Amino acid sequence: MNEASSTSLLPDFSSSAAQKYRYYRHLKDVLMRYVMALGGISVIIAIVLIAFYLFYVVLPMFKPPHLEQVASYPVPASAAAETLYYAMEEQHEIGLRVAGDGSVVFFNTTDGSLVQRQSLTQETPAQVTAFAAGDPSQRLLATGLDDGSALLAVHEYHVSYPQDVRVIRPWLDWPVGNAPLVIDEAGQPLNLITAQADADQVTVAALTAAKRLLLVNVTEEESFLGDEVATRITRSRIPVAGEVTFLALDVEQRELYVAEQGGLISWYDVSNKAAPALVQRVQAVRPPADITSLSFLSGGISILVGDSEGNITQWFPVRDAQNNYTLERIRGFDSQAAPITAIAPEYFRKGFLATDDAGYLGIYHTTAQRTVALEQISGRRLARLAVAPRANAMLVEDATGTLQFWEIDNEHPEISWSSVWGKVWYESRDKPEHIWQSSSASSDFEPKFSLTPLAYGTLKAAFYAMLFAVPLAIMGAIYTAYFMSAKMRGLVKPTIEIMEALPTVILGFLAGLWFAPFVEQNMPGLFLCLLLLPLSMIIAAYGWSRLPNRVRHKVPEGWEAALLAPVIIATALFAFALSKPIEIALFAGNMPLWLTDELGITYDQRNSLVVGIAMGFAVIPTIFSISEDAVYGVPKHLTTGSLALGATPWQTVVRVVLLTASPGIFSAVMIGMGRAVGETMIVLMATGNTAIMDMNIFEGFRALSANIAVEMPESEVGSTHYRLLFLAGLVLFLATFLFNTIAEVVRQRLRVKYSSL
Amino acid sequence: MNRSSFRNWCNSGEPFVWLNAGAVSLSIIMVVGLILLIMARGLGHFWPSDVAAFDYTDSDGAVVALAGEFIDAESVPRARLAVGDARVPAYLDIIDRTLVRIGNRDYTGFDYRWVLDVAMHNLSYPAQIMVIERYEWGNFYGYLTAIKEDGAALHADPDWALFQRYIAASQQLLGEIRHIEKSLIGAVNYDMERLRLKERKLALDGAPEGSPAHTQIATQRVALQEKYDGYTDRLAGLYEQLNRPSFMARLADGREVELAFAKVVRAYRPNAMSVTDKVAFYFEKLWEFVSGDPREANTEGGIFPAIFGTVMMVMIMAVLVTPFGVVAAVYLREYAKQGPVTRLIRIAVNNLAGVPSVVYGVFGLGFFVYFLGGTIDELFFPESLPAPTFGTPGILWASLTLAILTVPVVIVSTEEGLSRVPRAIREGSLALGATKAETLWRTVLPMTASAMMTGLILAVARAAGEVAPLMLVGVVKLAPSMPLDGNFPFLHLDRKFMHLGFHIYDVGFQSPNVEAARPLVYATAFLLVLIIICLNLTAIKIRNRLREKYRAAEQH
Repeated sequence: MNEASSTSLLPDFSSSAAQKYRYYRHLKDVLMRYVMALGGISVIIAIVLIAFYLFYVVLPMFKPPHLEQVASYPVPASAAAETLYYAMEEQHEIGLRVAGDGSVVFFNTTDGSLVQRQSLTQETPAQVTAFAAGDPSQRLLATGLDDGSALLAVHEYHVSYPQDVRVIRPWLDWPVGNAPLVIDEAGQPLNLITAQADADQVTVAALTAAKRLLLVNVTEEESFLGDEVATRITRSRIPVAGEVTFLALDVEQRELYVAEQGGLISWYDVSNKAAPALVQRVQAVRPPADITSLSFLSGGISILVGDSEGNITQWFPVRDAQNNYTLERIRGFDSQAAPITAIAPEYFRKGFLATDDAGYLGIYHTTAQRTVALEQISGRRLARLAVAPRANAMLVEDATGTLQFWEIDNEHPEISWSSVWGKVWYESRDKPEHIWQSSSASSDFEPKFSLTPLAYGTLKAAFYAMLFAVPLAIMGAIYTAYFMSAKMRGLVKPTIEIMEALPTVILGFLAGLWFAPFVEQNMPGLFLCLLLLPLSMIIAAYGWSRLPNRVRHKVPEGWEAALLAPVIIATALFAFALSKPIEIALFAGNMPLWLTDELGITYDQRNSLVVGIAMGFAVIPTIFSISEDAVYGVPKHLTTGSLALGATPWQTVVRVVLLTASPGIFSAVMIGMGRAVGETMIVLMATGNTAIMDMNIFEGFRALSANIAVEMPESEVGSTHYRLLFLAGLVLFLATFLFNTIAEVVRQRLRVKYSSL
Repeated sequence: MNRSSFRNWCNSGEPFVWLNAGAVSLSIIMVVGLILLIMARGLGHFWPSDVAAFDYTDSDGAVVALAGEFIDAESVPRARLAVGDARVPAYLDIIDRTLVRIGNRDYTGFDYRWVLDVAMHNLSYPAQIMVIERYEWGNFYGYLTAIKEDGAALHADPDWALFQRYIAASQQLLGEIRHIEKSLIGAVNYDMERLRLKERKLALDGAPEGSPAHTQIATQRVALQEKYDGYTDRLAGLYEQLNRPSFMARLADGREVELAFAKVVRAYRPNAMSVTDKVAFYFEKLWEFVSGDPREANTEGGIFPAIFGTVMMVMIMAVLVTPFGVVAAVYLREYAKQGPVTRLIRIAVNNLAGVPSVVYGVFGLGFFVYFLGGTIDELFFPESLPAPTFGTPGILWASLTLAILTVPVVIVSTEEGLSRVPRAIREGSLALGATKAETLWRTVLPMTASAMMTGLILAVARAAGEVAPLMLVGVVKLAPSMPLDGNFPFLHLDRKFMHLGFHIYDVGFQSPNVEAARPLVYATAFLLVLIIICLNLTAIKIRNRLREKYRAAEQH
């Protein structure tokens, strides 16, 4: 600074420039402190964010559903006539009411105002005596008339967007013409009816006033020339014993369920429309209770039986070992106490809603065996119930003729502890099972979201990998840390580090494309290797110890590993050379086939053995490095003390070194386990990725991590599947975090112990 | 050899020591063996091996003439093959067979064929046989018979040099066509798309129809359209020129077929090549592999886009991860109050290094792509919605995800470096009146530079080899355009990219023709291993030098 004017050798500290400079430096110091703190903390927060974000995505699955009443109004139009049926269209803007006088009223769901009114019976003077809806997704309305005939109509909606505003126009369509279809040729009134229709055929089952149960099928057949369509009508009569109370025909028009008084259900096979056959008669409800409601679950496989004690049970045909089907009670729900008045299955999920005499509404999900919600929404009996196609709204009519319109926020009913981890009896399966099957081509497919087989696969992979890696890595670590010469150690340690850095995609690719076929071709050789390698090492070692000292002293101590390398290579080559002769001599020339034929062990080319070795390869370096550190860190005075007292080096290792280093080795195994659990590419590439639960070493599996990698890109954002994959990620995160934390804590303790020794 | 001495030897525990030594030995043999295996299979692929021609007795007794390269050989117990094959003498228990690449997939149906050695006769290596690499249908093996132009035979039994001149000419034409199609027309299309988005944006902003901006767009569009038409005219001319010549070739079984020069990549006669020719050819192929574009669903050609994508992604990641990792480490070590909280954070950071990479991928997809990307799209790119710009996996998100994945590595490494700086150096600096910031900036951090470097290299090595998270956040099997190109704004962070590791997975496991793809997968794997080994060795070297340096500093 202004040195010229100053007499002192030191610069002037109090000049304004110096002060300013000091201030500037101070400012910089403080600024840096804050920038560092801000940056550091935000990075740490960002890291912690991962866990929170996973939770944030997963949590909505466990959120209870939210129900909200939007409107309540008197039953729209022809209030005098009894309501037979309610339905809604896709957007739940327009509701439909079928009344006892045959009128079909389309109304606005938010205020009950009339949109359109039509009559089912406009072409006929007959009166409505029975009504049923077909599969809800097909919107079929079937009406039984007092002249023994039936009318079939379909409610359709046309959506258009003039000026970007959605306009929905409802109308009625007639799949078999709007003339009544004669069911009872005797002309008796129809008291009960059920019907299904698809593009090719229509089937109606109805009970006449004379207690005759009739089945009528109309099939459209194209003639040979192709342009003329002929209809063929098949009629048959089904004998019934008891007092029929409900009829239900499945959407495929193959099964007919008939509920009778006294809690009985008769199951008829009607796939042959001319000759329906009784398959089984079961006591579905024990008297004194009686069946008060019968409905299909979406997909038409299961039936739901509601009884007068408020129980709802799910039944479907189950195949036994002899290939016979029996109707079985799969599960029951007993959350409600009053007689069930109506059951409304959701359109595309395996859930349903049920109302009862006491004004309670229950929302259930069958696969999850879960009462999703139970709420008393009226003090009176709830008579009629309809759910919107997307299961996000419902209409409920109570005994006073008031219609309530509710919105339902129930995104993930299929998730429960039992459906994710427990055994679930899925539709069309013969027993409760753990299955992961997240998608299928059909829309009413029952998603099978059991994470158990995936977690099992992960653990199976980790188990076999550890079986291979732990002995090799720990033994190697002991030798490297305790016996190996420093020079060789300087070569071995970087090699192991390289091993750790090898991308797992390369290990997986080699395991899948090279090692798996190799193992299949040379299986006896591989097992021979397992047997011969330790043997040959010991023989070679003994041989070496017998050599004259002159030769032995040429190789300094601590190079045993190098000496063994040629022995190992030679033994391996020898074993694989013997592989084929052994295979021919002992295993009829094809060991995998022999395993399957003789021992009944299924063999996959990409199996757990391959994964075990490949993933073992990936975790060896992790375990090796950490245990090597632990062994190497054992204070020297302990080992020298032991040796001085006359213990052999090996005794010192077992009694002193290993004992002291065991926590470190334990933490190494934990960290290795963490790595094996989370490894993705190897399990993805080296197994068949089928989600089976079997400890067989010759079969594959599907691991959590591989499942995420395969299914995540195709998963719809926000869907249950998407959130479940996040849950799988969270499980992996927590598992590895747990393993690593245990390891870390153990290691820190060990460090303290070493420093005190 | 007496018994008690063996027992004594056993009691001394020596066998266990040797077994432990064997474990190390086995591990090292596995690593080295694996690398050698990849190297041999990967590098061997480019060598022009000789093409054999031979007669082969089929399983139905018919004799066919085959020609091809021997790829692999194995001995199989008889039981594994079809039992009762009449061609094999009854005394043979083990059957030798050879995998032959017979090529000509368009004529024979498959590229590769296992042949039994006992059924091969009249093996020869004719000098005239040629191998043609094609843009479609894989290799062609056969004999050249005539060159045609416009369908009329020009040269019967043509000269090889002349044939090569024809190939060179068509290659030149193809190069021009590719330049027009990819660079010029690609740029026009890109500009067109930008104009469309601009127009949409104007509409969204509520600009009235016919505003100056609109007219400007219209004129620009007309200009682009003219340019486009010019290019397509030129292309039509080039294509006509390209498709004029063709040639006739005879297959090993005597069939004569016509092939277009336009489909030929290169032709050579391996049996007539000298060793020098072969070496030159080898390096030409190797160069094509690292610098060329993939062909035939990635099973042929080069992997340049994958190398480029990997490097690009890793570079963006390095730019992101270094400052954040270093700042976090400096904060933890120098500024934060040491205590249970910092210990907890340190454990957490350490543990995050062990969290499975696929979990980071899940996080990246949910948080970066759908949440952050979706928000950015709504705020800044409303004109291209519903087509997402950043709301879809891309290179930026992949880099960010990997940055989060590798930040613990950098933090741990930098912290270790900071802890190694001798106390005396810090205290010396402070005693001379430097502030804490100055001490850090001028003395401590420079001394930690190599530790940071080590951390960064390890992070890069890890990122280069990760595949599982990338599968979720931005990698694709075939990217139509690179994340860096000549179209404004040159760096396209929203684009998807190709990656070496994913390339291995995809070509090895998702490719329809795994057999044909395998050598290339090995070559790709070798390249990736090479990169990662080099990076790791560098990191190890730096770290070792660093330790020496500090040991020296502490002793002074």
